[in-house]
Amino acid sequence: MARQIASSSAIHVARPPLAAQASRGPSWDGRYTVLILFLPPALLLFTLFVVLPIGEAAWYSAFNWNGFGRPTNWIGLDNYRFVLETRAFWLALRNNGLIIAVSLCVQLPLALTLALMLSERFRGAVALRMLFFMPYILAEIATGLIFSFVYDGDYGLVASIWRSFGAEPPHLLASTDTAMLAVLIVIVWKYFGFHMMLFIAALQSIDKSLIEAARIDGATRTQSLRHVVIPLLYPTIRLSVFFAIIGSLQLFDLVMPLTRGGPADSSNTMVSFLYNNGISRMRVGYGSAIGVILFVICVTFAFTYKRWFMRDE
Amino acid sequence: MNRADPTRAPFDPAVLLKAAFLAVVAIFVLVPLLATLLGGFKSLGELRVNPFGLPQHWEWQNYADILLSGRYWQLLRNSLIISTLTVTLTLIVASMAAFTFAHVRFFGSSMLLSYLTLGLLFPAATAVLPLFIKVRDLGLLDSYFGVALPQVAFSLAMSVLLLRRFFKDLPYELLEAALVDGCSYVKFFRHVTLPLSRPILATVGTITFVNSWNAYLLPLVMLNTDALYPWPLGIMVYQGEYSSEWHLILAFITLTILPTIILFLLAQKHIVAGLTSGAVKG
Repeated sequence: MARQIASSSAIHVARPPLAAQASRGPSWDGRYTVLILFLPPALLLFTLFVVLPIGEAAWYSAFNWNGFGRPTNWIGLDNYRFVLETRAFWLALRNNGLIIAVSLCVQLPLALTLALMLSERFRGAVALRMLFFMPYILAEIATGLIFSFVYDGDYGLVASIWRSFGAEPPHLLASTDTAMLAVLIVIVWKYFGFHMMLFIAALQSIDKSLIEAARIDGATRTQSLRHVVIPLLYPTIRLSVFFAIIGSLQLFDLVMPLTRGGPADSSNTMVSFLYNNGISRMRVGYGSAIGVILFVICVTFAFTYKRWFMRDE
Repeated sequence: MNRADPTRAPFDPAVLLKAAFLAVVAIFVLVPLLATLLGGFKSLGELRVNPFGLPQHWEWQNYADILLSGRYWQLLRNSLIISTLTVTLTLIVASMAAFTFAHVRFFGSSMLLSYLTLGLLFPAATAVLPLFIKVRDLGLLDSYFGVALPQVAFSLAMSVLLLRRFFKDLPYELLEAALVDGCSYVKFFRHVTLPLSRPILATVGTITFVNSWNAYLLPLVMLNTDALYPWPLGIMVYQGEYSSEWHLILAFITLTILPTIILFLLAQKHIVAGLTSGAVKG
């Protein structure tokens, strides 16, 4: 800040020559000042905290290192071999696949249906939109805790429903069979509203005369929906799929209060697997290897997806 | 879509079906939230037999104890400090960079911009271990800045993109006229661009704030001292201490998500616009 203020007073001094040059178009002095002052903070922060750590992850992943001192114990690609030989890694990968499947097969149709309903004007439509969007802005941690109450086998809502049927309540989050299913339901609860809002925004920007024209040509509501509205939404659907997949690869905060990835690693995601096995035990090399694998998956996916499906955007 | 929609006949079974569907979804969303709010007013014994309904006896004590403890306020204060730092720094750094990308043509400009947008492609978690070591080597571990600076770095990509687009759409004649009158780029940025860009600054600020306010992983890795914990960390510690005293945990959850909900109700438009426009226009 101080630097910025100091140099902007320097510009006051430099003003007369600047003004003289100004008539010949943008002045070189002004442009250089901006380049020298305005760009470096962003580039520095980004390089220091985003780009360098990724490069260092690749470097550290070749060591067996606990984070203290300097890494010296070079083990080559062994960390990657260890990761790939871990059953929990493949479970985490499978779970990320499950999350993507649920996002595409349950969440997306739900969001689209609701968007089509709520983009029409009727009393309460706006209130319902806001209600459905609300889970999205709640912290994942709070959401996870709320649902760990909902699922609680002694005090929770699910337990109470079970008991009212006279059955022994299950401990959903404590069983390897149901923990991941329970997490998936929370994911839909939390994120469908975001995708719904994306679709509503897209629906509102559709040119109404297209739908009107279809109606005049004798199309029924279903026909105009199938052949006019949905095709116009394709770019948004592709975007929504993109976010669902990238989001699933980042999922962590929600899992921690619910299951911490357990029981027996059955509900780990890639990031919670990374946390449980790399970060919390300070196994820097091993954790970095997981990070690099996750990075490669994300970047490969993002580039491929953009190339195949989002060429025009 | 049209105000005079002829399909709004009163006894259409399709309308009834639609209403029923909306009601089911609304219940699905609302019940966990309401049960949490009400659960905080119950005793543990009542929670076990009556988790859904209104409390028979309202236990104000649960909420009062938390509100009167220093702990709750300390958590909120820490969160507020970290989020404010993150938002302020993001807005300053990102708008300066976005201004340069929008108005100054220089060699490598588009390359640098794509370099920054790389940040959109992967989550912060991928490199969190090296990031931890970096923050430790800089001596920022266990400090507000140790959390805020990486958060700023990770929010830069999206923020610069949104701001640059907005700056570019401002009439270019303004800049030309100002330069002819001898106004420098820096002064133009301070006195013309920024005041005209309040809506987008509010949008970017809101996205950054919500993300930072809710963040868990970075503070978890960077902070060791309880006294510095933001609320998502604090509430996990609280839950660990009171593991099955759900009435207290529910009250605590309610009080910690309350600021978010109030902010949401006050600034709905900015939040929805911000969180979805980031997606649509990014």
